[in-house]
This record gives sequence, structure tokens and C-alpha cells, in this order.
Amino acid sequence: MVSELINANPVVYEKKERRDRGGRAVLDEYAAEPIDQLEIFDILLNGDIKDPEHPYSLEELKVITEDAVDVDDQRSYVRVTFTPTVEHCSMATVIGLCLRVKLMRSLPSRYKVDIRVAPGSHATEAAVNKQLNDKERVAAALENPNLVDMVDECLAPSYA
Amino acid sequence: MNFEDEDFELREIQRLEGHTDKVWSVSWKPATGINGVPAVFASCSGDKTVRIWEENSTGSFQCQAVLEETHTRTVRSCAWSPSGKFLATASFDATTAIWENVGVDFECVSTLEGHDNEVKSVSWNNSGSLLATCGRDKSVWIWEVLPGNEFECVSVLQGHTQDVKMVQWNPSMDTLFSCSYDNTIKVWVENGDSDDWHCIQTLGESNSGHTSTVWSLSFDASGDKMVSCSDDLTIKVWTSKMQEWDQNAPWKHVCTLSGYHDRTIFSVHWSREGIIASGAADDAICLFVENNDNEVEGPSFKLLLKKEKAHEMDVNSVQWNSGDRRLLASASDDGTVKIWELVRLSGQKLL
Repeated sequence: MVSELINANPVVYEKKERRDRGGRAVLDEYAAEPIDQLEIFDILLNGDIKDPEHPYSLEELKVITEDAVDVDDQRSYVRVTFTPTVEHCSMATVIGLCLRVKLMRSLPSRYKVDIRVAPGSHATEAAVNKQLNDKERVAAALENPNLVDMVDECLAPSYA
Repeated sequence: MNFEDEDFELREIQRLEGHTDKVWSVSWKPATGINGVPAVFASCSGDKTVRIWEENSTGSFQCQAVLEETHTRTVRSCAWSPSGKFLATASFDATTAIWENVGVDFECVSTLEGHDNEVKSVSWNNSGSLLATCGRDKSVWIWEVLPGNEFECVSVLQGHTQDVKMVQWNPSMDTLFSCSYDNTIKVWVENGDSDDWHCIQTLGESNSGHTSTVWSLSFDASGDKMVSCSDDLTIKVWTSKMQEWDQNAPWKHVCTLSGYHDRTIFSVHWSREGIIASGAADDAICLFVENNDNEVEGPSFKLLLKKEKAHEMDVNSVQWNSGDRRLLASASDDGTVKIWELVRLSGQKLL
């Protein structure tokens, strides 16, 4: 995939213990179930999105944290802010694309999703953000078999 | 909104299903929906097909043809030739297909190749003698329409620094406009008859232009006013003294409409009677008209109405039919096309 690693020695963090959500009592199965921040975080992490370069998950590399997810269920809006491991990470757009695809596949279609890199975390922050939020470019990228393979690989269950 | 405006309603006439992926663009066939000729339009989609829809005698639309097995990727935009004889379709597969319409049949008679990758927009000039295409390779191509369904590339225009989202010919003269991910609109004219085209103006931030991707532009009936929309959440109106038949007359910013959409505005279209429609990623459609209350400070525009939740997802394209009824077609990520009619509840004449 890449001959030379962009970040050969990333810092790996412990996975945080997940907050216990408790068994959710189903009172009315037809009631609209609100989606909250933790649920989005679960969607992003339980799929174990992996770093395109490393066997670690994006959580272990602190590319995404729970605080980086903003949800407004009333407005059907999610914003995910991720932090590339190095400032010049050329994989940032691929990571962003993985996050977007994961949410596209998991959330109801009424949701509007913005994906961005954390302010100050990337050398070409504005360019990366613009590209990740141009839906025509995203649609074209998702018709590119090589990119789709890369995304699917990142999103594949790890069986760890 | 004042009392008078509450008289207007954008009434949903029909919701058309058939595409199996997002619908990117719609285009009405010229001279249909008028003088007893049934209205016809084309829609194109991420499902790689183009659908042709025709109004029946009861005024509802049915799919008359599906154009498939030609494009191998998303069909991003479509445009009818002025005579209605041809339909051009631009695709992410790097080609533009030309379809000849005979009766109810459509035959692909030519495939224009040359762009490096995704073609994003296609436009015919007013006489149908020239075609323009643009794409991700940052270039704009001008093609001459020759006899025998031949298309010859006469010029490749470089100038944009990022992908070009849309090309549109001015309706009154052969001046070409392009808008881009580089936040600018460029104006292109030919040098004499030399087939040598060049950019005479770039409308960017320094000309009170857009501050993010410009997705679409459209002209009023005279061709001396232009409207553009952008990822910067604004709609801008521009004017030039084109009526003096000076192609080089500069375009100037007239006004900026902001605060009406809260996500990217993908499409604007100016009706023949002067109503601007806009469609955006906030799922809404807005209509604007010129505000004549304030003639001292020059032209300004006001919101006529906003249709929230026009679609269940992003609205990618809005297009007015130029016929007898005020029909508007809209295309969405939700896979549907909707037909709307602008009506006055009081039954008064529209404008």
C-alpha cells in the first residue's frame, strides 16, 4: 500500500474502558431513539477503524476521542474532529474518508455529517477539511476501486 | 416576509422514484411544457443511468426511457441541445456522451473523450454550435459541433487552479462561464474567429466574490445578469453591460444573499420571469425575486419563500421549466426527483 511509512513510530495509547451504558429498557419500540455522542463514538470505534498504516486502531493512536464527536440529534447533525498522528500525515484524507464512510453506513440517512481535522493538527488543515466535505469528491473517491479497497481494509473487523 | 409573500406556495405535484442512487442533476427539454407540447426532462444519477420523464395528458410525469449501459460511473450532469434533438451527459467515467433523440428512442451517437478523469458539467451554447465541458482535471474544453454527429475539440482552457464544477454559456452571446473549487468564476471569450479562447475576467474574493467552492451559476433571460451559489452559504448576483454587445464588458457584483441556507448551496436557476430558485444541502429550496422597493441603491433581491424539507436529503439541482406552468424540478441525494408548481393562493396572476 505504502512503501515508506509516514509515521514509523506512532505513540500507542491504552484503549479507554468504555462507559457502561446499562441495558436499555425498551419502553416503546416505535419511539424515535435519539442518537448521542457515545453512540457515535461506539459506531466509530466498535468497528475498530484501523490506521491505514498500522495495526493499531484510531482510538489507540488517539486519532479520535469521545470529546471529538459533536452530536445534535434534534438537528440530525454530527461533527467529528480527528487528530492525525503527525502534522504532515498524507493519510489524513483517507482516515477522514473512512470516518465518513463508516458514519454513512451506520447513521440514518437524515444525518448531516461534517468531518474535520483538529485545529492546528495538520499542515494543510483547510485543504484537507475542504476535500473531506466536498461531497462530489467523496462520491468520486468512492467509485475508485483502490480507494474503496483501502477504506474497506480500514473498516474491516479486526477479530482481535 | 411580508403579507403579500404569504400568497405564494411551492406546491409538490409529484415525487418521482426510479433512480437507485443520488440524483445529481435535472434538465428540461427546450420548448416543452408550452403550446400543448408535453413537458419533458432528463435526470442523471450515481446509479450510472439517465432517465427521461414525460408529462402525460393528466399532467403527471412518467419515466419514458432509461439510458443505461453507456456510462460506467456516476452521470454528473446532463444538458439538452437548444433544438432538443440531442442530450449531452457528463460522467465521472471521463467521457461526455451525446444522445440523439428520435421519437421515444435515444441512441448514443458520439462519445467525447479527452478529460483526464471526472467530467462534471456540460453546456450547449445558444445556437447549438458549441459545447463546453469541465472536470476534475481543472480544464474547460470547447467542442465544435460538426455535421454527421462529429465533435471536434477547438480549445482546452487552463486557468482554474482546482477542479471545475460547472460550465455555462451566456444565453445572448458566445461567452463561456466556469466556476470552481478554487472559489472563482471565470469568463472566457474567443479572439476574433481564431478558435483562440482566453479568460477575460476572474471573479474572486477581491471582486466581492465567493470565499469557498462555487457550485453553480445561471443567467436571467436577457443574459446581462448572473447568479452564483457556493459552499460559503451565499448566493451572489452579478451584472454586466452585455446588452451593449461588448463581450469584454466586466461583470460586477450586485448583491449577496446570505442567511437563507445553512449548508452548502449546490444549485441556482433563474426563471424566465425572473425568479431565482436555490437548492442546498440543508434539504431546502428557496425562491428569490428582485426587490423594486429600493431603486436608489440599485437592484436587490428578497426571499419569496423557503420550502424547508423539500427533500429528505441534500437538494443537488433545481431547474425551472420555461413553459406555461411555473414548474420546478428538483433532484436529491434521496434518489428522487420532485416536480413543484409555484402558485398564488389568491389565484392572482403570478408576477
